[in-house]
This record gives sequence, structure tokens and C-alpha cells, in this order.
Amino acid sequence: MSERLWIRNGRVIDPASGRDAVGDVWVQEGKIAAAGQVGGAAAREIDATGLIVAPGLIDMHVHLREPGDEEEETIASGAAAALAGGFASVVCMPNTDPTIDNEATVDFVYRQGAAARQANVFAAGAITKGRAGQELAEMGQMVRGGAVAFTDDGAGVQSPAVLLRALRYARMFDKAILQHCQDEALAGSGVVNSGYWATVLGLPGMNALAEELMLYRDIQLARQAQGRYHAQHLSTRGSVEIVRQAKAEGARVTAEATPHHLLLTEESCQTYDANYKTNPPLRSSGDVEALRAGVADGTIDCLVTDHAPHLRNEKELEFLYAPFGIIALECAVGLYVKALIEPGVIDWARLMALLTVNPARVCGLAKGTLAAGADADITLIDPARRWRVEAGRFRSKSRNCPYDGWELAGRAVATIVGGEVRFQLQGD
Amino acid sequence: MWRRKHLLDLRSLSREELVHVLDTAEGFKEISQRSVKKAPALRGKVVVNLFFEDSTRTRNSFTLAASRLSADVLEFTAKGSSVSKGETLRDTARNLEALGIDIVVIRHSASGAPHLLSQCIDCSVVNAGDGQHEHPTQGLLDIFTIRERRGQVEGLKVAIVGDIAHSRVARSNIWGLHTLGAEVYLVGPPTLMPAAAEKLPVQAVCHDFDAIIGEMDALNMLRIQFERTEAAGFPSVREYTRLFGLTVERMKRAKPDVLVMHPGPINRGLELESEVADGPNSTILQQVSNGVAVRMAVLFLVNQGAAQAGRGRPRRS
Repeated sequence: MSERLWIRNGRVIDPASGRDAVGDVWVQEGKIAAAGQVGGAAAREIDATGLIVAPGLIDMHVHLREPGDEEEETIASGAAAALAGGFASVVCMPNTDPTIDNEATVDFVYRQGAAARQANVFAAGAITKGRAGQELAEMGQMVRGGAVAFTDDGAGVQSPAVLLRALRYARMFDKAILQHCQDEALAGSGVVNSGYWATVLGLPGMNALAEELMLYRDIQLARQAQGRYHAQHLSTRGSVEIVRQAKAEGARVTAEATPHHLLLTEESCQTYDANYKTNPPLRSSGDVEALRAGVADGTIDCLVTDHAPHLRNEKELEFLYAPFGIIALECAVGLYVKALIEPGVIDWARLMALLTVNPARVCGLAKGTLAAGADADITLIDPARRWRVEAGRFRSKSRNCPYDGWELAGRAVATIVGGEVRFQLQGD
Repeated sequence: MWRRKHLLDLRSLSREELVHVLDTAEGFKEISQRSVKKAPALRGKVVVNLFFEDSTRTRNSFTLAASRLSADVLEFTAKGSSVSKGETLRDTARNLEALGIDIVVIRHSASGAPHLLSQCIDCSVVNAGDGQHEHPTQGLLDIFTIRERRGQVEGLKVAIVGDIAHSRVARSNIWGLHTLGAEVYLVGPPTLMPAAAEKLPVQAVCHDFDAIIGEMDALNMLRIQFERTEAAGFPSVREYTRLFGLTVERMKRAKPDVLVMHPGPINRGLELESEVADGPNSTILQQVSNGVAVRMAVLFLVNQGAAQAGRGRPRRS
């Protein structure tokens, strides 16, 4: 791609370099070019007046369902949804069928991603074979295939011995272990947060301690292993406190939060609408406040959608029987604005850090910056644009989006990948 | 007074609505005592008993209630859940609706199934017990029985004893009794209490039955589910009976006119000693009789509510 781009007069926010000023960004040969170094034929000009020009956003926690559940999502449809939401890169989780737990399936993800030519798709490999929590998967082979991190997401690794081994082994490749913190014995058959609404609705509850105990345990294991540990989708006040404390003590731990845990509470489940059924479950308003505080003070490093597509007929089942998960790639930016910018929790520069350089560091991606020579992945955001979420028009194959009909402010208007404008918002 | 097309729970009912159902039931009770036990209120209407869970007494009670109001009753038994059957609840319900029915009475093992149903079909939905959520007609008949025996509900102290955590009967009783001004006491081991028992509108959560039994006007003894061994809330049946069973010995501490209630079927010798179950304080059979009158009232009222809601609006084909 040798198109030259001149992105003019935007508010350029590049948290990796600390740049936050109105200016221009040049692209040549698929890379960010330094100003003044662009020569040759006239460039295609994009007027970014009033827009934020940021490194291509990264979502390090999405489910693209391929291989195995292509009726819910494919790598192509999920990557297109990502692009439409402003994400230039996504990291897909390995809880597919078959599990992404060997080099061949990792390679398959990259081939599908390349063929789709939408957002960049990176693969996270499973920690254990078949995500069964027993034997380590071939991490070395998967790293050779391009795996950027390891996780059994959907379930936590229950055995402390296995997790300790994984943390130590992954150190060899300098890859992070991403853990879905949930003690299965304690979480039981829960489908909502354990508390008032579980009691009123007569639904089995998931104890917050199921998350917190595993998180606490894991951090101790990671310390001993000197491994890189990343806690997925924190959902409770206690979890935020545990990570905050560990960071204060110098532990190598990072953490992420989702839009739904930053915006919604367990009260949403009172109509038994399974679009509010997620794992970890929606918690209390106190937990939402604690998560926002965790974002504000840097306890939480990354924002992720945990985009989890499901068929409509599955989500129309009884709450107890419907699968867990929410999709949000295509409205995520507006949701983050609502959860974090509008209430004054953080500013745009911090929000961009949580969506670019931070996840790039956790996953070891050479992405997330607008420095000269970097891949020209760029997202243009209109921070003032008011719009209405219409799940029916999503590029995703699924519709399990509880935000359908929400009025949001802030939307990605263009996504550039490798210097190529792959998404541009048309009209309204 | 009554505008509801469905009866999904007692939590959302106002005091006036509760009183209206109870008063309506009182009127219908008289029909059950006639030699010809029929009234034409639902003539030409079709009631479906859609039972996804085994139940004999609730189903029979609804069937009788519907037929005493001259409705046609369609019995539908679905063994196991909609998932195991392969047909979704939505599809089952829509198929029934296509047959031309007016009221669905649903019993289901999943909490919220009646809500789901009410959102996808046009006819009235009556919850006959959903998972661990509510069993509103049981709650109503319990309260009806208390009111009948005591003349009022307000100010009475009612203990609900047993597995509160998993009991839909307990939840419906709690909401209904609270709204009508009774004081509710939850009694049982901490392991059988829901996570947020103290946030429910109850006077106290109590683990010492003997400490409060003397103050109670009614004791609603829940059925203990032996089957629930997966996460048993008590170590043995023997221990449970000693701590929470209503024995002749324990009855000596109670008020002489205390009401002994049970939603049935009873485990004799477990939550209730036989002498107590069959004794003068027991309302168990009266509850069963009242159940028919209460369910007649509910069927009658939701049908009336549907007629009001549907007025001026074409029925969906």
C-alpha cells in the first residue's frame, strides 16, 4: 500500500509519546512518516478538523467464534465490526471449537484475518490443551505461529500448580498469561451476581469472592514465577483493591475492564433479558464506581469489550439457559465516553492510552503509537458526534447487544490500517 | 382496581390489588360449596396448563378452577426443559397461541420463564411457579387462609421456616405479606438463607426457631428437598428436624391458636411431625381448598385485564 495520506489539522493524541496537540499526521508506504519527510506525488488529504487522531485502537479481548461457531461470528465479520468501531487491531480468544491451542489453529486465525483485510487480527493461544486446565498447551509452537498471549478465557485455570507452571513457562517467551479469574467451586452454577437481585429473581448467584480469591492467589503465583500476569474483565470492588495493592507493592500485574462492567448493574437483569447475562456477571453500583476509580488511578490498564457474539435464538432462551456474553465492538467508543469521559473520570488522552499503547504493551504488539516509522494504524474519532446505537445495522453477525437504542456521544469516523483507509463512516 | 393481563409475581402487586384478588376469591369460594359448582365467567375461553415441571396439586387446582369458571382446559405436559426437548419455550408458546388460547398457566424450572412468555405472546400468562423465583398463587392462597382464619393480615407475625434460599413459595409470601402489613420472620440455617435475606422486606432473619416461635401467629413450614444434595444446606435430616422441625414438643412454646401452614406435599416426621400436621392448628387442607378459589379469582381477573388491555386494539393474528 503506497498511498500517501495527509491527515490535517486534527487533535493528535499519541499517548506513547505524550503528544496531544492539534496538528497533522503523514502516512507513506503504510508507515507513519515524520513531517517534512514526505515526498513525491500529492497525498490524499483527510481534513481532521474537530476530530481526534489517535493510534489505531486495540481491543485485546474479543471472541470471533471461528473456528466452530461461524453462524455467530467469523473472523471476517468480527474484524469488520471491529473496524467499524474504530479498532485497527483485535486479539481473539482461543475458546473456539476446536480450541486455539496449537500452531496450526493459530496460523489459521492469521490466515483468515489476512484474507479478510479488515482490522488486524491477533491470536491468543490457550494456556492448557483444550482449555481443560490440566496440561500446558504448546506455547512455544504457538508463539512461532504468532500467538501474542495465553489464556483459557471462559474459564480460569483452576489448579494453582498448573497456573504456576504456565506463568513460569511463558516467561521464556515474554508473553502474558491472561486469566479469567473465577473459582468454579465457589461460582457454582451462578448466572448473576450474588446479592439482592439474585435473591429477588430467584437466580443462582456468583459470589464476588470467586473472582477475588483466584485473583489474589494468582498474583502470589505470578510473583513467585516472576511471570507476566494480566487479569481479565475485573468486575468487583475487591478485585480493583487487590490489583491496586499488588501494583503498589511492585507486582508485574496488569488488568482490564469492560464497558458493561463500567456502565451496567445487576439490576438490569430484573426483566430476565438474557442480553444482560455475562460472565463475570453485572455487579452492584458500588462495584461500577470502584471500577471507574480503578480506571482513574491507573489500577486498570486496558479497556476491552469482551465482544461475545451469540445467536438470537440462544439469547431468547430462559435466562438460566441462555449463554453468557454481550457484543459491543461497534459502539465501544461511545460507551467509554459515557462511562469515563462524561462523568469526568478520565480525559481523552488517558482514554486513548487505555485503548492503544497499554494493550499493545501487554500483548507485545508493535502497535499503538503514531511515532515515525510505526505501522500506520490510525483511528479518527469525532468526540462530539451524537448517534444512536442500532444493533440491527451492525457488521457483526450477532445482535446480543444490550445497548441497542442507546443515544451516545463520540464515535469513530475512520479507521486506517497499514496506511489504508479501511473504514469511513458514511453519512449518518 | 385490576388492570393486569398477567400474574407473574406478587412483588409488583399493590396493597389494593392484593386485597382485590383476595376479595374476589372470597366470592368464588361460595361457588365451590354449591351442589352445582359452575359459573359462566370464562365460558368460551381456553386455558392451557403448560407444565414443564411435575406438579399434581397445583395443576389439579388450576384445572378445577378453570372448569368451575366454564373455561375449556388444555393440558400440556412437557417433560424436562425446553432445551432438552429441542423446542424453545417461545416456540412452544407461540404454537399453543396459534391454537387460539386465552390464558397460559405456566410451571417451569427456570426463574423468569413466565416473564419471557409474557413478552412473546399476546394471551394472559399466570405464573404457577418458576424456578426459585415466585409462586404467586401459592402466596395468595396462604395469605387468603391467614385472612380467613384471623380476619386480617395486618400486624400479624408470620414465620417462614426452612429452605428460604431455594423457595419460590417463600418469596411470594414475603412480598405479599409485607405489602399487606404483616411482619415476616425467616427461620432456618444460614446455609439455607438467600445471599441477601436481610435486604428483603422482613422483620428478622432468625436461626433459633425456639426463640421466636412463641410470638408467631402463623408458621409456614416449607418442604425440605432431600433431593438437593448437591449443595446440602444441612448435614442430616435428623439434625434439621431437631433444629427446625415442628414437633409436638416445640408446639408447646407456640401460641395456642397459632396457624400451622404447609404448601405440601409434606414430609411427615421431617419438617412436620404427624400429630402437628393433623392437629387442630393445621390449615393444610384448608389451604388446598382455598387454592381453587384463589386460582379462580386469578384466572377471572387476568382475563378481565386482558379484555381491558385489548379494547380498541386488533388482536395479533
